[in-house]
Amino acid sequence: MVKVVKPPRNDKLPLTRPVIGVAGKTGLWRNMKPLVNNVKCTRCYQCEIYCPVNAINVEPETGAMINYDYCKGCGLCMDVCPSGAITMIPETGE
Amino acid sequence: MSKIETRKLPLPHDARDKLLPGDAACPGCPIPIALKVVSAVFGEKAILVIPACCTSVILGTYPGQAIKTSVIHVPFASAAAVASGVSQALRTRGIKDVHVIAWAGDGGTADIGVASVSGAAERNEDIIYIMYDNEAYMNTGIQRSSSTPRGAWTTTTPTGKIENKKDMARILIAHGVPYVATASVGYPHDLYGKLQRARSMSGFRFIHIHAPCPPGWRFDPQYTVRVAKLAVETGLWVLYEYYDGKLTVSGPSRPYMDPAKRKPIEEYLKIQGRFRVITDELINEIKKYVNENWYWITKMSR
Amino acid sequence: MGLRVALTGNHAVAYAVKLADPDVIAAYPITPQTSIVEKLAELIDKGELRARMIRVESEHSALAACFGAAVAGARTFTATSSQGLLYMHEFVHWVSRARIPVVMAIVSRTINTPWNIWPDHSDFVDQRDAGWVMSYAMDSQEAFDLTLQAFKVSEDPSVYLPVMVGLEGFIIGHTAMPVEIPDENIVKEWLGERRQPYVIDGSEPLGLGGLTFPEDTEDMFYHIQEAMNNAKNVIKKVDEEYGKLFGRKYGGLVSCYNCIDAKYIAISMGAWSGDLVEAVDKLREEGYPVGALRIRYYRPFPAEDIWEIVRNAKGIVVFDRAISFGAWGQIYTDLVAGFSLYTNKLPQMANIVAGIAGVNVISEDFYGILKSFIDKSESGTLERNYFAWIKVRR
Repeated sequence: MVKVVKPPRNDKLPLTRPVIGVAGKTGLWRNMKPLVNNVKCTRCYQCEIYCPVNAINVEPETGAMINYDYCKGCGLCMDVCPSGAITMIPETGE
Repeated sequence: MSKIETRKLPLPHDARDKLLPGDAACPGCPIPIALKVVSAVFGEKAILVIPACCTSVILGTYPGQAIKTSVIHVPFASAAAVASGVSQALRTRGIKDVHVIAWAGDGGTADIGVASVSGAAERNEDIIYIMYDNEAYMNTGIQRSSSTPRGAWTTTTPTGKIENKKDMARILIAHGVPYVATASVGYPHDLYGKLQRARSMSGFRFIHIHAPCPPGWRFDPQYTVRVAKLAVETGLWVLYEYYDGKLTVSGPSRPYMDPAKRKPIEEYLKIQGRFRVITDELINEIKKYVNENWYWITKMSR
Repeated sequence: MGLRVALTGNHAVAYAVKLADPDVIAAYPITPQTSIVEKLAELIDKGELRARMIRVESEHSALAACFGAAVAGARTFTATSSQGLLYMHEFVHWVSRARIPVVMAIVSRTINTPWNIWPDHSDFVDQRDAGWVMSYAMDSQEAFDLTLQAFKVSEDPSVYLPVMVGLEGFIIGHTAMPVEIPDENIVKEWLGERRQPYVIDGSEPLGLGGLTFPEDTEDMFYHIQEAMNNAKNVIKKVDEEYGKLFGRKYGGLVSCYNCIDAKYIAISMGAWSGDLVEAVDKLREEGYPVGALRIRYYRPFPAEDIWEIVRNAKGIVVFDRAISFGAWGQIYTDLVAGFSLYTNKLPQMANIVAGIAGVNVISEDFYGILKSFIDKSESGTLERNYFAWIKVRR
């Protein structure tokens, strides 16, 4: 058996715990911004499956929704979209 | 064994809750794509053992981490050995539902870690070893590894690598481990199925994931998936599984068993800046290598 | 109650490990360590030890596997020597910086090249900056006791550092003497269940060792230094408890022989301290006021304890069985640095380096060195402190 007992003076240990935005708001890295045309979107989930930042959520009702706080603007979603529903536009910081 | 699920459905939604937005990966990085699939299969019931590699940085800085799974960061050469220890401790303690996954790059697997991988494989340790292969030391600035393909530019092979890529999957097949598979970030559903299969087995399981790196391979970040798929469509990278003494070519690669269906490898090479230095003579050599690889795979799959 | 059996130092270590009831053992063969893990493998095979053994492909993987198992909640043990210890050196640091209790035996052998399997302390002292509590035995019985105590010290919440136990190959490792093995049940109750500061077993998503900025990293390392300071008291407490329960008390971080009224004190570590004591006896018979002090724990370094004992001495001779090339013996270096914090006037001192790579040093050698040092000191002809490498055929 093992018992976890904290050190008496609460020593700083090299332990980490899950947190959203560990590298900050990575949306700030973006110089191109993806825009979704949800009329064209066929809900095929390709963008959601491939998005490396886990920043796209596809719902049957709404289509693809992008979390711009963390989207790094790589454009991968545009490349994998089979219906041309995603376009990249220059980031204006808006 | 059951057939792998390859329909284009979303991965289980809790994948999103496991890999958290805001990691430190470069834009277009293939690693979080693969990690997302791993999370979708194992959820929180996994312990990732990660040696020095891009993922050491991607997961972010103390006291946070970008993944809702347990992680142990370890020295470069030791992922398979640490994972062995973790696995043995869990089994001793009667914990059976937690999977121990060594998650390492090509350098940590095929170069500095190859002895510990071979050792753990020979002992048939109850771990899943995943080698994500971006074909060079990317974290330190694109230096050649034994997994860098022939002809590729790196900062330590300015005129292109002379030697062929080391084939880790074949090396692991030769160890006689229960499960060996190749996969690609271009085909997450194929990877998902392979991880499910690995999860249902025990002993040493090895999965080799091809992972195109935008800054290291010199292509635009939006093309990560395109490059990954081209590697398969040209027949340069072959997806297969090996278990029960039998090799099976996986769905996405099956059409390319027929050489006539393969796209010209130039399509794969020209999209990447790292092959800009390549000569026609070398392209012919690579074509020969592709044919030899397929010959072996076809022989094995009978 | 206890059992008295003739055991080599290596087998004494193995039986101590058996009593500590570890969960996972990982090791790789190297002379002169091998008979420890051979014995453990035999005990597992006979069903006397329930631990799992991982027969790894290298020493680097041996400590790596122990680290992984320890992090996941297992009591672990490994053993190595010389080149093996150097090969795993990266992990020696990694384990202590993770603050994870692990116990390792070092059966000392010199460092090569040329190939040489005889003992000195060079492999052991080479690990001095790695954040491990480091103890060194003088005989098989002490190797047994230190190994068992190592688990207790390592898993103390105010310490939480890995512990290594040193003993010399062949001289101790392969020479049998009667060893008292305490009662299993009393040991079990005293040692208690495995304790550690955290566990990674999938029960919650927890990460260990991720990228950390300088300030946080420095804080963590400062706490290792603090834990080392705490270890001094824990070692003394454990020595007291052990003495009460099992009848053997060694005096904590150091052990003294005829030091109380000694005007001259010889300081040493390891097996040859027995020969040194013989020399001290002979000198006492001849009227020399000399005592012997033996270092049992090299880290945390017991400078304060030693200073308390030697502060009124006129002269000190330090025997090192290792050399920091280009400097001096490592114990001497630490002692002078340590003393400088307690005094601005050092006593007369000499550093003798000897016994390197297994060269035999006998009590007559110690006798001669000490006699000459004391005679010079008493006659006022010892002009300054000195360093000498003896028995070398120049």
